[in-house]
Amino acid sequence: MNAVLASREAHVRVGGVCVALRTSSADFDRMLHERFGPFMAPGGEADYFFDVDVVEPQGEAPDEDVRVWREAGAWRIERGDFRAVLDPRTRRGRIRQVANPYSVDTLLRIVHTISLADEGGFLLHAASVLRAGRAQVFTGVSGAGKTTLSRLAPADAAVLTDEISYIRRGRGGYVAHGTPFAGELARPGANVSAPLEAIYLLEKGPRNRVDPVDPPVAARALLGNILFFAEDAALVRRVFAAALDLVESLPVRRLTFVPDASVWEVL
Amino acid sequence: MTRYIARGKDVAARTIGDELMIMSGRDSSLFSLNETAAALWDAADGATTLESIVEHDICERFDVSLEEALADAEALAEELARHGILEISDSPIPR
Repeated sequence: MNAVLASREAHVRVGGVCVALRTSSADFDRMLHERFGPFMAPGGEADYFFDVDVVEPQGEAPDEDVRVWREAGAWRIERGDFRAVLDPRTRRGRIRQVANPYSVDTLLRIVHTISLADEGGFLLHAASVLRAGRAQVFTGVSGAGKTTLSRLAPADAAVLTDEISYIRRGRGGYVAHGTPFAGELARPGANVSAPLEAIYLLEKGPRNRVDPVDPPVAARALLGNILFFAEDAALVRRVFAAALDLVESLPVRRLTFVPDASVWEVL
Repeated sequence: MTRYIARGKDVAARTIGDELMIMSGRDSSLFSLNETAAALWDAADGATTLESIVEHDICERFDVSLEEALADAEALAEELARHGILEISDSPIPR
């Protein structure tokens, strides 16, 4: 039997943006702490606020594609296992979901995508690694080597994520933040950030090498790997502009690599 | 048949290197246009016919026959229209 309390509020802070999740389920609250560990904030002001209605499972399908659209000024977010609404003016919303971590994980990715788009940033299918005070981002589709490269990171490096990178544009340039969104490593990244030095397009090959990439190729690769959910023209324009701005300001290179620790010698 | 083409309203476009990149605001599909295709896009003002654009903005600038260029332009325009990147009409398209 689930323990039920009047109300609990969990704060998940990623990239400096805090999402508060209020639930009456102690089990769900515990699951959030297990899932988002180092990204749980002690409380205080939240940038977004959701009431979470935890419901009993009824044959939901979390493998469906998520749909995100705007209706009457509000964002509507739906998948087989959850349904959410967010008012962008008040930044308050509600999610109805079963007690699994995947629904809220997806919700957080969407909220951060919307939030970042206003600041010239985005979430990217990519691993990020911090070393010597600078972050390197390694992007590619599933199987390209994001987790492999993360596992091979040297001892003096911190893995910010092996799956979903958080890139924000600030006054001094681009910054990569750690995220709790994990791939095959199955653990949250380090909750730290660093100036972004370069983005690498991953490709496995017979030897380690780094090559320059033409801007159109870089733009297509980035746009293909940016997390992009919404059926919304205004958001499309912002994300498109953010990706191309980055291509015009930061080095994007191709990293061909042998999947062993020697790859870090060419970085 | 006389046809007019106009740039779609819900699109994002920017030239990167020597390619014009266009993303549909309707379905997020991404197109990368070469110089010839970009000339078609640039001239798609809703008031000029497709035939006139091909004749003056493509055939006079690029070494291609009217017949070949027109066939390519019609195919491209229809593909872009499917994603809301271009509008096609039998009459002028108000801007």
